Amino acid sequence: MAQVLSLLQAAIVFGTVILFGAVGEILTEKSGNLNLGVPGIMYLGGIAGLGGAFLYETSVAAPVPLVGLIIALFCALLASVLAGFIYSFLTITLRANQNVTGLTLTIFGSGVANFLGGAMNKMAGGVGQISVSATSSAYRATFPFLSEVGVLSSLGFMTYLAIVLAFIMSWFLRKTRKGLNLRAVGENPATADAAGISVTKYKYLSTCVGAAVTGLGGLYYVMDYIKGTWANDGGIEKLGWLAVALVIFARWKPRHAIWGSYLFGVLFWLYFYIGGLTRSSQELFKMLPYIVTILVLIVVSMRRKHENQPPASLGQPYFREDR
Amino acid sequence: MQSGTAAVSMRDIVKAFGPVVANDKVDLDIFSGEILALLGENGSGKTTLMNILSGIYYPDAGHVSVNGREVSIRSPKDVYDLGIGMVHQHFKLVDVLTAAENIILGMPGEGNLDMKAVGRKILDICALYGFSVDPGQKVYDMSVSQKQTVEIVKVLYRGAKILILDEPTAVLTPQETEKLFRVLRNMKNDGKAIVLITHKLHEVEEISDRVAVLRRGKNAGELVTKNTDAAEMTNMMVGRAVTLNIARPEPKDPKPRIVVDRLTLRDEEGIIKLNEVSFTAYSGEVLGIAGISGCGQKELLETIAGLHPLKSGSVTYIKPETGEKIDMAGLDPREIFSLGVMLSFVPEDRLGMGLVGNMDLTNNMMLRSFRRGKSVFTDRKTPRNLARSVVDELSVNTPGLTTPVRRLSGGNVQKVLVGREISSSPTVLMTAYAVRGLDINSSYTIYDLINQQKEKGVAVIFVGEDLDVLLELCDRILVLCGGRVSGIVAGRGADKNEVGLMMTKHGKETTHESDA
Repeated sequence: MAQVLSLLQAAIVFGTVILFGAVGEILTEKSGNLNLGVPGIMYLGGIAGLGGAFLYETSVAAPVPLVGLIIALFCALLASVLAGFIYSFLTITLRANQNVTGLTLTIFGSGVANFLGGAMNKMAGGVGQISVSATSSAYRATFPFLSEVGVLSSLGFMTYLAIVLAFIMSWFLRKTRKGLNLRAVGENPATADAAGISVTKYKYLSTCVGAAVTGLGGLYYVMDYIKGTWANDGGIEKLGWLAVALVIFARWKPRHAIWGSYLFGVLFWLYFYIGGLTRSSQELFKMLPYIVTILVLIVVSMRRKHENQPPASLGQPYFREDR
Repeated sequence: MQSGTAAVSMRDIVKAFGPVVANDKVDLDIFSGEILALLGENGSGKTTLMNILSGIYYPDAGHVSVNGREVSIRSPKDVYDLGIGMVHQHFKLVDVLTAAENIILGMPGEGNLDMKAVGRKILDICALYGFSVDPGQKVYDMSVSQKQTVEIVKVLYRGAKILILDEPTAVLTPQETEKLFRVLRNMKNDGKAIVLITHKLHEVEEISDRVAVLRRGKNAGELVTKNTDAAEMTNMMVGRAVTLNIARPEPKDPKPRIVVDRLTLRDEEGIIKLNEVSFTAYSGEVLGIAGISGCGQKELLETIAGLHPLKSGSVTYIKPETGEKIDMAGLDPREIFSLGVMLSFVPEDRLGMGLVGNMDLTNNMMLRSFRRGKSVFTDRKTPRNLARSVVDELSVNTPGLTTPVRRLSGGNVQKVLVGREISSSPTVLMTAYAVRGLDINSSYTIYDLINQQKEKGVAVIFVGEDLDVLLELCDRILVLCGGRVSGIVAGRGADKNEVGLMMTKHGKETTHESDA
């Protein structure tokens, strides 16, 4: 029982990182932009949050956790919106290839983050020395009334924020006028344009806001998952790609991403709770989330239901003159 | 004719695309409570004029007034505000959204959507005019006619008082057309102004109150429907024949080359594209195919070329040397070629089906020959020589053989394509709109090439849109209307009006008379 509980807790923490990533990417993709820069944006959000908190904690004698939290949050959002903006400018205004731009953003983000992470480790006194314990403690603080409830006993506020954001996104896309307009932009930009919707504005906004949400995943990873430290081990990148897989798994529906993210978490950590696995057989188990995604893709393709398909103009630039 | 102010009045409208003047000082009045038919041949400027009114093009000169007030229309949004709505031939709908969602798309209003209220308003509009729309139905589940209904409701929902319909019946069955016409009459009785762009004379006679005719971008005249007939309208539409002086040698020793028998083809949506088409193409002759665009010309050529699977009917090729008959039904282009049928096809879509825009001249020549030879490596020398000879002989204006063909002008692209196709010494040459977009000189080069092939004994099938050219170039003209052959006439001495009438009216046995 204790083992199941601990697996669920690990799964939820793991799932929250990719839930942020997936919800942000769903918003982006709904506008027809396939942003493969998810891992890069997570990296940038994470390192910016860590850097902000680190500078704050090293510059004052007694850092206030709440102030650190706000500074880290602000820095993470700023960095990821900026990344989303770069992507938008390249793909929407300059009409660069979306796949190439996204992949480049991932490489860029991981490079910048690992460079700065290494630099900060050095400033803090050596490899693995960086720690923003005050800020991290604020992120990991549990709600007092939930601390006795088994699975929920150790979850920080961002775990709940991810779920709330997913529900808000779902409501926005299905029930609001702006959400409807956004879906039209991603499905058929020419039609949306003819109906008087500003395709460029919708694409920019949803890509930048989507990047902000994705960046929160990186912040959560740094502050909660690895408890306010930094490691150049490619951990964020791995989770970033899983977030992209989760978008497909959830068939572009944020509310399905919620349980999907926890399922991915369970599948990923399963090896840890199965006895007698060697290092190499562990790796086989870590493939489970990807295998499940492939199975979902196969099933969805075979059923060919329109609602389960990606936005029709996903990955394609839009020229008004190109009708 | 109505008195009082026109709902829309267009004066001296001029619109040019480069050297081509699509509208040359065109006047048009549209009145409320009236159905106006806008009639004209392909390229007469009907759609351009209506696109100006719906904010897609901005006129170079001229005035537009709505309800007596001069307006400037700059975008589709201005048009909605003026109460004008256009239903395009190609629907602008999002497939995965419902009818109601498509209808309110882009409209201002509360942030939260109340789809129930929207649905009620849609049903009110439907009840008023006799439509049937299920607001919750997804567009991908709809038939073409249902999609069109959604488009019409969409403009009505936005409060349009002036409706423009661009060839609304082109995609409808006769029954659906009847239904549409009933709705249009209801809208007219409700005081809406309706403009119908069409080619079909029997529909004009059936539904419209007034007819405005355009010819070559100019006003050709205006008629009150009940005081006119199809012959007068055709006369006005095609005008007097222009003498072009295209050479037309007599066919030498014509022999049947391709026999098409009761060919019927349906598209993916089950709409009949070709209906029992039968004809014989002879060697050494040019068989012209006339018809309003979208009447099955493209499908006919593509079927002969083996691009559509044949469901019913047959296509037989008769080998010139032996007289052997080859049944081409169900064969793809490669199989047709391997049977020794020397078929050349110059498709309508030059850079899509005919050539690869991003590849250079030599590589485009290779598209026909890359399978030849036994070596793993392709032979580049022969195609390069071929490209050079095409460039020299047809005086293609190109910087070099390594220029991507998309950089060439339309006429030069066409020369490259035709040059490649005739280089394989075909016995059948099919061309679709071979001179579309070409200037006079390039057009004559193409006519000369066609005549050269004809004198070599090739059976040429020439799909054209300019009746004057067809009448001067072709030995026989097959007229298609709505996928049916409405007649085959001899090119020499054919009457333009007669051919024009055949293009717009189904053959006697298929005319459906309305009971409304």
